[in-house]
Amino acid sequence: MAIKDLSEILQTHPFVNDLTEQHLQTLISCVTNVRFSEGTYIFHEGEEADKFYLIRAGRVALEIHAGKKGIIRVQTIGPGEVLGWSWLISPYRWHYDACVVEDVRALTFDGKCLRTKCETDHNFGYEMLKRFSQVLEQNLKATRMQLLDIYGS
Amino acid sequence: MVHNIDPMIPIPAHIRRVNWETEDTFTLLLEPECGNNNKFQFLPGQFNMLYAFGIGESAISISSDPFKKNTISHTIHRLGIVTNSLSQLKHGDTIGLRGPFGSGWPVENAKGMDVCIVAGGIGLAPLRPVIYSILRSRKKYRKIFLLYGARSPLDLLYRAELEQWGKFPDIHVLITADHGDSSWKGNVGVVTKLFSYIKLDGFRTTAMICGPEIMMKFTLQELQQYGVPPNQIFISMERNMKCGIGLCGHCQCGPKFVCKDGPVFPLPQVSHLLDKKEI
Repeated sequence: MAIKDLSEILQTHPFVNDLTEQHLQTLISCVTNVRFSEGTYIFHEGEEADKFYLIRAGRVALEIHAGKKGIIRVQTIGPGEVLGWSWLISPYRWHYDACVVEDVRALTFDGKCLRTKCETDHNFGYEMLKRFSQVLEQNLKATRMQLLDIYGS
Repeated sequence: MVHNIDPMIPIPAHIRRVNWETEDTFTLLLEPECGNNNKFQFLPGQFNMLYAFGIGESAISISSDPFKKNTISHTIHRLGIVTNSLSQLKHGDTIGLRGPFGSGWPVENAKGMDVCIVAGGIGLAPLRPVIYSILRSRKKYRKIFLLYGARSPLDLLYRAELEQWGKFPDIHVLITADHGDSSWKGNVGVVTKLFSYIKLDGFRTTAMICGPEIMMKFTLQELQQYGVPPNQIFISMERNMKCGIGLCGHCQCGPKFVCKDGPVFPLPQVSHLLDKKEI
């Protein structure tokens, strides 16, 4: 797919809202368009986290193996959302398995490539950090609500 | 309209069916004896006091179609002595019923608007009559969103109906569970997460919310982000109701009696109470 087409696709994703043209171009230099079929795994716990994904369509479930309880799905990620933040934080390892529950179309970004760009262009790095902090904050809020088990009593 | 001259005296209501929705939640289909060929009339959002003879009363929202007046249904979470006793009833048994009591959802005032219904857990039960009412006059409303969250896929109420409503092209049904196993293909996460999958026109939206107060609190934050004006947001409060007519004070919440002034309130009437401890 041509870079121009990828640029148009990328700009429809909320993650890049209000990103400058220069930073968009930096992101585009590390992007690939991908598809995953239902039932496949995008990554597994413990593997090297060298990518992140902007989901355009479909749904991915984050799974954890909980011994005798079997597989538990703790979060799903759908259109307009971001899959994966471990590429940004050492030791760059996935913490969950990511199973496709509905055919996925996504943009994937090379984490190593982006980390290098973050180190060389601190403005870009700060922009990435701000955006991923939001992802982390939303995940933390959601996790706290899940922990409260609000429907349980 | 209370179906008795004295609202403190129950009328007999006969059990016509018991449906188990989940492991601990069931729906009673009742045929009340209204007398003189009267039909049981209620507003979506109202509740009845159900009396298990010799055990006690419990306030339970009406969860059936308000246009079906021969029978009414109540979806009940088996939690205490009264609800446990109600859970053991069978076809043909009789209970006492007082009601309907309280205020209803603004089904009429929402005509011409988008409607965003947000329910958590058993909170879907008092909102189900709203959905029935809207579906009967579908063209009088704009977009309809139903966002529903439960603890797990096994705790979802009315699964067959949810599936059916989800197939209608003009109603957006989004469901999520706090966690699921590998057989669950739906969303996993809290109900507020579902807001990221819809687009609301804030000024033209009427929102109706029912669920645990903490869920409603976070839902309000999402609605504020969409710019839904507070007077277009309605919530159903839950308190320990006893008399149903604002006399005993058990359900007092600040200056309001939930049984008489609520359970459905416009947000501006109760927003200052939501964050108060021990109210």
